[in-house]
Amino acid sequence: MNINRRHFLTLSGVGAATVAMPAISLGQAKPKVVVIGGGPGGATVARYIAKDSKGAVDVTLIEASKRYYTCFFSNLFLGGFRDYASIGHGYDQLASNHGVNVVHDWASAVDPAARKVTLASGASLGYDKLVLSPGIDMKYDSVPGYSVEAQGTMPHAWKSGTQVQQLKSMVENMKEGGTFVMVPPPNPYRCPPGPYERISMIAHILKQKNPTAKIIVLDPKPKFSKQALFQEGWEKHYPGMVEWIAPDIHGGIVNVNPSTMEIETDLDMFKADAASVVPAQKAGSIAAAAGVTDGDWAPVNPANMASKADPNIHVLGDASVASAMPKSGFSANSQAKVVANAVRGELTGSKVFDPRFANTCWSLIATNDGVKVGANYTAGSDKIEPTSKFISQTGEDEALRKKTYEESEGWYRGITADMFS
Amino acid sequence: MALSFLGGLIALNSPGLAFDEKAARKTFKKCVACHAIGEDARNKVGPHLNGIVGRSAASLDDYRYSSAMKVAGQEKLVWSIENLSEYLTKPRAFIKGTRMGFAGLKDAGQRENLIQWMASFDMDGKATRGETSYFIELLGQSAAALEGDREYGEYISGECVTCHRLSGQDDGIPSIVGWPKENFIHALYEYKTKVRENPVMQSVTAQLGDEEMAALAAYFGTAGDN
Repeated sequence: MNINRRHFLTLSGVGAATVAMPAISLGQAKPKVVVIGGGPGGATVARYIAKDSKGAVDVTLIEASKRYYTCFFSNLFLGGFRDYASIGHGYDQLASNHGVNVVHDWASAVDPAARKVTLASGASLGYDKLVLSPGIDMKYDSVPGYSVEAQGTMPHAWKSGTQVQQLKSMVENMKEGGTFVMVPPPNPYRCPPGPYERISMIAHILKQKNPTAKIIVLDPKPKFSKQALFQEGWEKHYPGMVEWIAPDIHGGIVNVNPSTMEIETDLDMFKADAASVVPAQKAGSIAAAAGVTDGDWAPVNPANMASKADPNIHVLGDASVASAMPKSGFSANSQAKVVANAVRGELTGSKVFDPRFANTCWSLIATNDGVKVGANYTAGSDKIEPTSKFISQTGEDEALRKKTYEESEGWYRGITADMFS
Repeated sequence: MALSFLGGLIALNSPGLAFDEKAARKTFKKCVACHAIGEDARNKVGPHLNGIVGRSAASLDDYRYSSAMKVAGQEKLVWSIENLSEYLTKPRAFIKGTRMGFAGLKDAGQRENLIQWMASFDMDGKATRGETSYFIELLGQSAAALEGDREYGEYISGECVTCHRLSGQDDGIPSIVGWPKENFIHALYEYKTKVRENPVMQSVTAQLGDEEMAALAAYFGTAGDN
């Protein structure tokens, strides 16, 4: 490590660098990191630890799916802007380029005392550090009448994959002049602007194929992410098609009936020809199994995303809570790099730098009409806190919106390379 | 000196680093008995002030400085914004023995506006470089003078490569690989000072100091597809 004295002092003067003591002394077997979950958090953290430790750390990534379909941009598939194959990614290069052991299995249990993960196949893996990036699970009973089975007719489609394909075909096959009903989730949930981008993309399809159709949004929230931008866009591109109904108007969802496609609120009974119901969410189940959740989410130390329950377990992405950061793929990817730097420092003594976090959420409202919201963050004592923020403005010109959309496409290529290449 | 210089400039983190020229010229009336600035400026009782921001003390060959000012020049005093501001607050307190017979400009806002306006003149008295790019050039010089820590740069680069690809592919998001250090830092400062408009980059660069910019330039300057 080549740090001249002046430089080192300068860095520590602004708190940028500390040199951690290796947790594992030399001469022992290679330190082992197990990562559970191969999304933007897990794939990125596995890739960075393996890549930056240059073989000094043994990294295993456990992910049930062989092919990962990104949740981000699944709305663009829904709207016909991407084909399904283009949002699918494999894990081959993580193994071949960086030596990550990719295990396609389901992690069923964690024994924090023995530092051991048990897989559905029965095999078990020991670890020095465990990184959990399991994403979300649905709280089905948060919407009365909703269930795992109800997904068949009212897909949440909130984890990408086949449910999004199913939703797309339901929308495309709706009867002429039919009604699509969307029930967005309550806070906090994965991808805050996601439900409204979904509404935009469904409106985009209906405008072409079924222009007399209607979209009714029964929102449990009185306001939502990028609200002014979306509502301006719906008015501009899909006038009269989208009706967003706030909770003080509909009075709450009393029941959904997946066989009759009826959604009952205090206000009225809504009959849907196609519907998407996204229930409330919680950390992926392995987080609770590992004993790191408090309520629905896993509390973490903002400086390194280590669990407050167990310093050898880091939790990042949607499943964690310590943060003003939204639950997004970008956030998880950003947090993963902080975790990778911290874990590698603890295991190998490499330099640990101050955490830096960032997020941007792009949304597409219509063809070439992209908007974005984002912020940079720093670790406070208790929370990850924003240091600067930005959001697209209403009334922006078309050239800027087109550029923003093109930027989002560039970001998609960037982040997926950062996860999988 | 480079660090205190930066300290003076960093406060001017507003779009276009704007100054009020009319107000500056009004303040400058306190100076014109002895100083000139602009294309026709010559030394008068005091030296001309073209290119004064960033100029070394006692550095004009054709002006006879006080011994005190000559000593300051030998001690490598540079008229950074910060030093100028301190000097103008109470000249005789900053340089004992200066011949400048001026009590001082107590109002910090007037001082800052005056100095920013003076900074827009280059050594030939031309304001053609434009105040903004001139400031960015000065800012970038302090960052570019640092030896970038490539390891630190690689760490921070994690934030960049979520969008910018190391392969150098640039559809939708520009390539930032293999740039000369000065150009790289200049572009970052253009975002930091909001001359360039992308709000994502304005937010990112708000978190970057000279140390970080130099580190990133060192990393991306030599980073390639791997």
